[in-house]
Amino acid sequence: MAEIELRKRLMVVEEIFHEGGPVAADPLKRAAAISVIANPFAGRYVEEISFFMKTLEPLGLEMAQALVRTLGGDAKAVQGYGKGAIVGAAGELEHGALWHVPGGYAMRGALGDAKAIVPSAKKVGGPGTRLDVPITHINASYVRSHFDAMEVGVPDGPRADELALVLVMTTGPRIHARVGGLAAADIRGLDGLR
Amino acid sequence: MSPLVIRKLVTVVDEVLIEMGQQVSPPTRRAAAMAVIANPFAGRFEVDLNDLIERGTELGRLLTEKAVGALGIAPEMVESYGKAAIVGEAGEIEHAAAILHPKLGSPMRAALGGGAALVPSAKKRGRVGSVIDVPLGHRNAAYVRSHFDAMEVGIADAPRAREILVVVVVTDSGRPLPRVGGLTKDAILGQDGLR
Repeated sequence: MAEIELRKRLMVVEEIFHEGGPVAADPLKRAAAISVIANPFAGRYVEEISFFMKTLEPLGLEMAQALVRTLGGDAKAVQGYGKGAIVGAAGELEHGALWHVPGGYAMRGALGDAKAIVPSAKKVGGPGTRLDVPITHINASYVRSHFDAMEVGVPDGPRADELALVLVMTTGPRIHARVGGLAAADIRGLDGLR
Repeated sequence: MSPLVIRKLVTVVDEVLIEMGQQVSPPTRRAAAMAVIANPFAGRFEVDLNDLIERGTELGRLLTEKAVGALGIAPEMVESYGKAAIVGEAGEIEHAAAILHPKLGSPMRAALGGGAALVPSAKKRGRVGSVIDVPLGHRNAAYVRSHFDAMEVGIADAPRAREILVVVVVTDSGRPLPRVGGLTKDAILGQDGLR
């Protein structure tokens, strides 16, 4: 039991050129990889679920590598990241929490030595539920220009006995970032925060 | 006419590996490419829609290339297609028609290396975050039953009131487990775009 049963996957790529201001020659790219898998714990309370984190590791790595490829193939181009999970209605929020470790480590594995905590969001929802996946700078959580979120969802998932697992990577700051704060150029890079 | 300015481009690849417990091999794949552009006629009635009609030429090529690129296949491998537009609330439904119908299909077919069938389409007026079901049909024979499908797409922050969201969808496959008979892709006659 508890092999990964992958029903479908989505890759969403946004290229943002402007939002009413100057048009960027090089658009901000935001990409989300979403996997819809069977929830092996749906429909009942299972006490011991943590072993499934190990099972999810290869899926996470595959999604992280697919994101890097989709954003051009150079891990150094990735500046922001985030992750999330939507648990189908026959599951519990804690099943979404299984994604924290494999999702986060997969992105760090694909990106090298990213230092910042990977911000996350999770919820229980039905097919078509939308999730706003929080995004921060990969090396310093306080970089204000990179605070962002990407809304994602799957029209036909997650069904009640499924999980929709999400990883997001971005290539830069908000397209017209101009509210000050720590700049990416001023990161000290010691603690993952500043 | 002013140069085309796109606010954002979004591509979505939807891949089905299991349907109702059955392995789908190879997986079915659908790709949508969407562009968000300003509506030059927002907020007023304009008789001459030529500026939008011409946009269809540029967007037909760009979005088809984007969608095929997202699938990572040769254009000839595309099996079905569809197109759609959502007009922001300060526009009219005819603005969607102007982009979609007179000029978008030709560059789309050129980018695909042909397509004898009508490109199925849908349009609506909507709000930021509206979704639209893009109808799909086989590119060479509209009656191929295994390829009748639709793909739901949308963009969280578009279209704003004075924008238009334009979509092209291509696939490398039909539905995941087709079994309701009808014309199959192997039996296409290929003379009229229908059968």
